[in-house]
Amino acid sequence: MSAIDVDVAIVGGGLIGCMTAFALCKRGRSVVVLERGRVGGESSGVSFGSLRLQGQHAVELPLALRAHEIWETIEEELGESIQFARHGHVHLALNDEHRARLESNARHGRAHGMDITLLDREMTLRRWPFLSDKVVAASWSTRDAVVNPRLVAPAFARAARRLGATIHEGIEVARVEQGGGRFIVHGRMRDGSEPVISSAALVNAAGAWSDTLAAQFGETIPLFAAGPAELVTEPIPPFAAPVMHVVDGSILFRQTDRGNVIIAGHPRMKVDAETRRARVPPDKILINLARLVAIVPRMRAHAVIRSWTGIEGYVEDMMPVLGPSSTTPGLYHACAFSGHGLQMGPAAAVAIAELIADGATTMPIAPFDIRRFYATGQQRTLSLAEEFQADVLPPRDGLVR
Amino acid sequence: MARVVVIGAGPAGIAAAEVLSRASVEVAVIDEAPRAGGQYHRAPAPGLALDMRRLLGTGYAAYETFHNDAASVCSRVDYRPGTLAWGVHGGAVHLASRGAAKALGYDALVLATGATDRIMPVPGWTLPGVFTLGGAQALLKDQGCLIGRRVVVCGSSPLLYLAAVQYLRAGGEIAAVIDTTRFADKLRALPDMLAAPRVLRDGLHHMAALKRRGVRIIHGATIDAFEGEERVGAVVCTPPNRMPLRIACDAVAYGHGLRPETQLAELAGCALRFDAAQRTHVPETDLDGRAGQGVYVAGDGGTIGGGQAAAVSGRLAAAAALSDLGATTNDVDLEAGRRMLQRLRRFQRGLATAFRWPGERAGQLDDAVILCRCENVTMGEVRAAIALEDGAAEVNRIKAATRCGMGRCQGRFCGPGLAEVAAISAQHPGSERDRLRVQAPIKPLPIALAEDVVP
Ligand SMILES: Cc1cc2nc3c(=O)[nH]c(=O)nc-3n(C[C@H](O)[C@H](O)[C@H](O)COP(=O)(O)OP(=O)(O)OC[C@H]3O[C@@H](n4cnc5c(N)ncnc54)[C@H](O)[C@@H]3O)c2cc1C
Repeated sequence: MSAIDVDVAIVGGGLIGCMTAFALCKRGRSVVVLERGRVGGESSGVSFGSLRLQGQHAVELPLALRAHEIWETIEEELGESIQFARHGHVHLALNDEHRARLESNARHGRAHGMDITLLDREMTLRRWPFLSDKVVAASWSTRDAVVNPRLVAPAFARAARRLGATIHEGIEVARVEQGGGRFIVHGRMRDGSEPVISSAALVNAAGAWSDTLAAQFGETIPLFAAGPAELVTEPIPPFAAPVMHVVDGSILFRQTDRGNVIIAGHPRMKVDAETRRARVPPDKILINLARLVAIVPRMRAHAVIRSWTGIEGYVEDMMPVLGPSSTTPGLYHACAFSGHGLQMGPAAAVAIAELIADGATTMPIAPFDIRRFYATGQQRTLSLAEEFQADVLPPRDGLVR
Repeated sequence: MARVVVIGAGPAGIAAAEVLSRASVEVAVIDEAPRAGGQYHRAPAPGLALDMRRLLGTGYAAYETFHNDAASVCSRVDYRPGTLAWGVHGGAVHLASRGAAKALGYDALVLATGATDRIMPVPGWTLPGVFTLGGAQALLKDQGCLIGRRVVVCGSSPLLYLAAVQYLRAGGEIAAVIDTTRFADKLRALPDMLAAPRVLRDGLHHMAALKRRGVRIIHGATIDAFEGEERVGAVVCTPPNRMPLRIACDAVAYGHGLRPETQLAELAGCALRFDAAQRTHVPETDLDGRAGQGVYVAGDGGTIGGGQAAAVSGRLAAAAALSDLGATTNDVDLEAGRRMLQRLRRFQRGLATAFRWPGERAGQLDDAVILCRCENVTMGEVRAAIALEDGAAEVNRIKAATRCGMGRCQGRFCGPGLAEVAAISAQHPGSERDRLRVQAPIKPLPIALAEDVVP
């Protein structure tokens, strides 16, 4: 491979890297994406596929809504289907505390112009008769949508390539040096060759591994790797259009057009980013199925055919790190999406592209500055115990009861 | 006491359990089927008056010995028939049995999970009336059922001749045996096959018996299509240097040998490697079957080797597990076992030549042919996905783009065909290949199973 000289080098070919490449190409920049595996081969290709607006944190909602505007017309721009469907999103409450959360979410959402309907138990069960009476209330947001996550990153990569981007799979970024006002990116390929890429700007879109890249520039992103447990059933006749989501995240499910029901349930599992493979422990599978049957009894008649998870970067305040580096001009971070990078991706990409191309962005990204980790007292407190759990090994010989 | 869990009650699993049951370890034998036997020694359902002696002919003695041994072994161990092992994690196997989920911890795990049919898609292979070769045999041995009145047995497998003979014995009519491997390849394989003269002799015997009964045997033909509207009515094939032939039938038994069931090994953390001779991925093991920390693989689940090799490898795996656990056994003559296994493996290598997997066919099939029957994905859709990837695609990427391998069988049946399409597109050297990755559950898991789990 000959030496590459570009305006922007992007480390990571997940959906963030590919969307950013596309956005930069549209602004006339020359771009190379360096992906050590396959485009979309990590968390981007395996997500639940939900573009959820309802219940997004108030600080994130403005950016989420900008992202949603992009999603709504993206297929025309890409020239291919990524199975975008505006199915809506339903939060379910199983108790009074949940109900209060629905009401507060609805207030926030409506203040931003979202169409949200609150339903009591009777209305909920009449509207979705497959739910059990454990559900005490629901809130229904109609603008939320889904896409097929497997198609997203490759589609953006193709679109970027059509506009001139170079998308390199199989190149790991080993280290980056600076010289003459440029980044000298040293790659490593499976066959042992070590390509060098020179760029004016560098984007850190390395997902669960972005802290390593940041560290090379003296920056600390307090990142840890985790993955949500996902299950999928055999295809069954359509019964549930919107994404259904118990508001504490203990169970969520959606039915694909093909009929398969995808099931997820927090807490997410801590995973080892170094192994680059993660699995769902069987106990976790059983627990999530038990929770599902409790609220959708008819699911007991069906079978689960596969589980999976992905390796994703989280930070404790569950908000992305998005914007310029605090130490190095020309370096931009777009990482730590903490479970909702698919939804936010298009707006995050535009923000980075505008910063690079125009020096400023109209996207509301101020709260996501990396410097928030250095300041004290402004972190959103969040109980980790509620959101995460270690991968609990099954009790030897025991039942999961 | 240390616990050894054996998965599979076929020749490999029972042989392993037999050795283990004499040592001072606790032994559990898990099998999805209601009766011991695996595929090879499958026994009829209770109450079915099937004359196995007549059906199996000279094979009956081995069958009878196996079942006597199995009955005695199973009475000495914690034998759990009708139990699916659907996951392995953290030193325990996860089981589903009679609507309940259980976990069983192990100190050593012997995986004797056997094999399933390997299929190369052809036009019409999903028509009703088309069965896999192993499936057709299973129906016969388990239920006493024939798949049709006039059956074409085809593909490339030593089981072609055995299945055809058994069908005749059971009163079926064989319209033809179509062997897709050329006779010249069979001759080329002869030196290796002489490593197991008895098995070779049995095979030749079956061929001769078929000829005597006037069954038409076609060598080296290409299977063009299975034809029919509502169900299969004919097989169209082209013998070497001849015009295509159309053979009427009402059922087809079809297969290209076997594919090891490696899912549990993968979940248990074993490394898999592409085996160029068998043209499939197999767990990496030493000769005794050590496949990782506390994990052992025996029988066809490791390397397709047939019933006899399976039993030998089962004994070796048990001895290896015992020795690694610090227990001893004098029941196994390791050196003799290893020698025999090597001899049988050489024979199997011969079989892989004599009954070739026609991988190149994947490149010739029409776009309309269904590759993945669970998700109804055609060759054309797969090729289009490959084209989008600049003409070279990896199997998991194709799966993500097309759903091929995403259905109920999780790629167990479309996987081999998909691997060939991908290999052809990527011009893989044949040694290094990607494969569809496995996650639990390895087979569909009824959700009702979780009902009494406390969330
Ligand atoms: C199971 C699951 C379900 C999810 N569900 C949803 C959902 O419903 N809705 C939603 O909005 N979000 C969801 N998410 C989150 C979403 O998928 C992620 O936030 C998003 O994919 C992050 O994209 P990314 O490009 O930053 O990361 P990734 O897709 O992980 O991409 C990072 C890439 O960087 C590459 N890389 C890393 N280091 C290097 C290096 N040194 N050199 C070269 N390449 C490197 C990696 O190989 C990887 O491909 C889910 C995530 C998971 C795992």
